[in-house]
Amino acid sequence: MNQPLVDVRDLSREFVVRRRVAGRRRRVRTTVAAVHDLTFQVGAGEMVGYIGPNGAGKSTTIKMLTGILVPTSGHLRVAGLEPSRDRMTLARRIGVVFGQRTTLWWDLPLRDSFELLQRMYRIPDATYRRNLDTFVDLLDLGDQLDTPVRQLSLGQRMRGDITAALLHDPEILYLDEPTIGLDVVSKGRLREFLRTLNRERGTTLLLTTHDLQDIEALCDRVIVIDHGTSVFDGELSALRGRGGSSRTLVVDLVDEAPPIEVPGATHAGSDGPRQWLRFPADVSAAPIVAAVAARYEVADLSIQEPAIEDVIRDLYAR
Amino acid sequence: MLHVAIATRAFRRYSTYRAATLAGMFTNSVFGVIYSFAYLALWRANPTAGGYDSVDAVTYVWLGQALLMTVALWGGGTTDGLAERIRTGDVAIDLYRPVGLVGWYLAADLGRAAYHLVTRGLGPTLLGLLLFDIRLPASTAAGLAFLLSVVLAVVVSFAIRFLVAASTFWLLDDAGVRVMSGALAMFFSGMVLPLTLFPGWLGTLAHALPWSAFVQVPNDIWLGHHEGALLAALGFQALWALVLLGACQVVLGAATRKVVVQGG
Repeated sequence: MNQPLVDVRDLSREFVVRRRVAGRRRRVRTTVAAVHDLTFQVGAGEMVGYIGPNGAGKSTTIKMLTGILVPTSGHLRVAGLEPSRDRMTLARRIGVVFGQRTTLWWDLPLRDSFELLQRMYRIPDATYRRNLDTFVDLLDLGDQLDTPVRQLSLGQRMRGDITAALLHDPEILYLDEPTIGLDVVSKGRLREFLRTLNRERGTTLLLTTHDLQDIEALCDRVIVIDHGTSVFDGELSALRGRGGSSRTLVVDLVDEAPPIEVPGATHAGSDGPRQWLRFPADVSAAPIVAAVAARYEVADLSIQEPAIEDVIRDLYAR
Repeated sequence: MLHVAIATRAFRRYSTYRAATLAGMFTNSVFGVIYSFAYLALWRANPTAGGYDSVDAVTYVWLGQALLMTVALWGGGTTDGLAERIRTGDVAIDLYRPVGLVGWYLAADLGRAAYHLVTRGLGPTLLGLLLFDIRLPASTAAGLAFLLSVVLAVVVSFAIRFLVAASTFWLLDDAGVRVMSGALAMFFSGMVLPLTLFPGWLGTLAHALPWSAFVQVPNDIWLGHHEGALLAALGFQALWALVLLGACQVVLGAATRKVVVQGG
């Protein structure tokens, strides 16, 4: 990629916090870095998961990327623009969806919100109609267009919000907890829609979430942020191999046996004829499986991948 | 065109609350009757108080009731929604839009004001016309100037309410400022008593402050007290409107530069 769509280099944002300290009459000013020397690039058409614990600096990053918060220092370009200076121009090229906030006008039918957005973003009639038809169809919103937003269910409202964010054909879509509070079926449909969007329109997605299933379903690449700085940036599969995480070999023997001893793996438990062996996630399972099969009479074998939650917990804990 | 669309939708939005509108019209009517009798008693004691006769005084009462909600005298209107959105952090979404926040909320507030003028303004006024002797505008020009003056009154009031709402960016809650601003507006707009009754320097000050643009100026235009000086009266409102809208832009700029948008 010659010119990344999102280019973040050594980005920092500090906040001045006033705090009461025991024994001092005046409050003490301290500087807190919400984001500190953050660097990453996102190319056009990527689907990137941006994750981290509460307070890690995710929202602060998104606010800087969209231009509503000015960085303290560092380099920041989105679609070649400096967000805080060109906020209005950039706004026409990005879409933003918040799971917990609605962009729709509460007392008016969904259709009115869409019509206002058409004028706000100066969307040509033909484009507007085509997009509206497409999204209403894909997201199954046809029956809700004339319902006031306050009467919509959470899932319907969320689909309305996503439509609202996409009517002006944004190049990049920021999604903040888009599936929060949705049931399993709604989550699945939403993820399917986002995959279609990325595949057919090439829309770049940057997704912050606490639901790691969103990440597993959507993102090839994950950026993990903690204490305001990137602690991992790479493929989801590489993340699994990180953080001292391990895979588990589940061995079902024909008969009960004392703990299995093979090189490269450690015994992690027994339950009757079933035994668990742990080995590092970045080591091939083949020689271990071969060693077990050579020495014991095996009825069945399976390998458990490390849960992504565990890997990330390990990363945060460092 | 966008701003017209915003205004018409704000009008429609407020029109969905019919019961609230009817209850409000009833309240305005009751206060109109009470104030009318109080003013009549006052002007019987002093038939030329403030340069008004008793018909002027009763007309002033009903115009005041008509303007009370139209200019959202003690707060309310679309700026209350803005304060709430700043408090919860939802204003972040508004800031992502390729539209200026001041113009957007002003358009919405004008749509709201139009709704309140034709319902809570016109309704009680018609009742006042039936029950009391009320003066109509002296000429078509005075009537048109009055309407223009009401628009300017809404803009000035909007700008002050916007500044109050924007204080939420720093104070995290605007309740205190809003109550204070409402009290000032109540007194200095001429809503409680015409500013022409205020003696000496207090009267001069009250006439010069922006709140007089809310009620006193439009009422005096209707009553013909600015006959020959219409442009000066409208210019006074327009000047405050421009100055205060400019202040809104400056404050909003400072807010977005410095203050964290609340909530995640």
